[in-house]
Amino acid sequence: MKTQNQRAWFFVLPVLVLVAFNALIPMMTVVNYSVQETFGDNLFFWQGLDWFEQVLTSERFHNALGRQFLFTFLILIIEVPLGIAIALAMPKKGPWVPFCLVTMALPMLIPWNVVGAMWNIFTLPDIGLLGYFMNHTLGISYDMTQDPIAAWVTIIVMDVWHWTSLVVLLAYAGLVSIPNAYYQAAEIDGASNWAIFRFIQLPKMKTVLTIAILLRFMDSFNIYTEPFVLTGGGPGNSTTLLSIDLVKIALGQFDLGPAAAMSLIYFAITLFASWLFYTLMTMNDNKS
Amino acid sequence: MRAKSLVPALYILFLMLPIYWLVAMSFKTTNEILAGFSLFPQTWTFDNYIEIFTDPTWYWGYINSIIYVTMNTVISVMVALPAAYAFSRYSFIGDKQLFFWLLTNRMAPAAVFALPFFQLYSAVGLFDTHIAVALAHCLFNVPLAVWILEGFMSGVPKELDETAYVDGYSFPRFFVTIFLPAIKSGVGVAAFFCFMFSWVELLLAKTLTAVAAKPIAAVMTRTASSAGYELGLLAAAGTLTIIPGAIVIYFVRNYIAKGFALGRV
Repeated sequence: MKTQNQRAWFFVLPVLVLVAFNALIPMMTVVNYSVQETFGDNLFFWQGLDWFEQVLTSERFHNALGRQFLFTFLILIIEVPLGIAIALAMPKKGPWVPFCLVTMALPMLIPWNVVGAMWNIFTLPDIGLLGYFMNHTLGISYDMTQDPIAAWVTIIVMDVWHWTSLVVLLAYAGLVSIPNAYYQAAEIDGASNWAIFRFIQLPKMKTVLTIAILLRFMDSFNIYTEPFVLTGGGPGNSTTLLSIDLVKIALGQFDLGPAAAMSLIYFAITLFASWLFYTLMTMNDNKS
Repeated sequence: MRAKSLVPALYILFLMLPIYWLVAMSFKTTNEILAGFSLFPQTWTFDNYIEIFTDPTWYWGYINSIIYVTMNTVISVMVALPAAYAFSRYSFIGDKQLFFWLLTNRMAPAAVFALPFFQLYSAVGLFDTHIAVALAHCLFNVPLAVWILEGFMSGVPKELDETAYVDGYSFPRFFVTIFLPAIKSGVGVAAFFCFMFSWVELLLAKTLTAVAAKPIAAVMTRTASSAGYELGLLAAAGTLTIIPGAIVIYFVRNYIAKGFALGRV
């Protein structure tokens, strides 16, 4: 199919140089820090794998990692089905399609710290729209700076607001690519709505849903700016996700060794989980 | 049919509420905001916007952001074009591994790279320049642009290339006059996504700049902390950051879905 051509490497070279400069040099710096101890003045001492041991056995890391997994799990289990449901209900053609696409994509184009600031203004207990509605109209006590549960609900709802559209747009792209003949055949067979979804729509959406789940996994696992601006990791440590904790250690306390070791462990987990998702989903694909 | 269209309508309403609140806040006076809850601005004021457009630290934030985002978009698409062509047309030693390696750079948490990036760009003397941020954002935008363009290019039949060679076209001439027009929607989508991810990223942009190239998003965080709690000003600045996104999204509205699917639908 494709022509064998080793000179194609020259075409790839600019990308390789640019990405390698940005990826390999900083990565080597991180690896360097992770095996050394410093007391300032650019003096470094060989430390071996001590930092890795320290991070892996620390309760603080376990807690942050646990919160991170909980967050990502909740995000995936809410956003993916919700996104599919909205995509199924969207009109397939007509004047409303561009309107839906543009308005739905809008939240994704807002700078991440503005998203955090916007939700902060939105949820202020006495002067925010949501905060006022909860506290004064519904009479439910709601203040995310005081109550860990409220803080968690807020960061989840914020992420649903921010990123569900990604799943919607991907699922929608898969749905409109289904030829009408498939639906006509299903109608002749007297297929139920569920059967149409299960045997026509879902298989057609498989590729795009794989991409959606992968992207949502990677991005929600690496999330930093939005929850940091909104809650700052609080109240207490209740919303200190993994990356927030990492930045606290690296730039707040300037503990470079443990921060670097933690970075590498973090990256390894993301890589492994993404690889696992990808393999599981494409393996299923090859069977059918 | 009526009940079905209620679902997207409710969803869009949910998406618009926080945005409405931000915009409404930006037209209120500080006194009104602090006095208590009001659904609409009682006394409309443009003071917040006037302040932003007359204070250089504010409006330069916007100019800085637009400069490095534009640089990044141009660089990313330019280097990604030949690479995507190679991936879509040729097989070569290590092509699959290289493609996966590019993917992994999309996975690295920006928090991991913040400090090493600061040191790297300080060492090469690019700290606090627009090009530093533009190059740093290439880390995740170049792989993305390669993916999207590769998806669109693979949709163009190979016969197009072969016919052009038979007709005596040189490679550069074929690429610019025949191939590029054939994938122009793909180029548009790739540029849009580079713009988008460079525009919304803050952590690296903030780490790599101090004064001369400070992005608007970073100006906002500083103002929020140093000048007390000026919610109206913050809301006005936030509202202005939504506008460029809304403009570019309009141009690619028919290709957004295909772009998010990385050209693979």
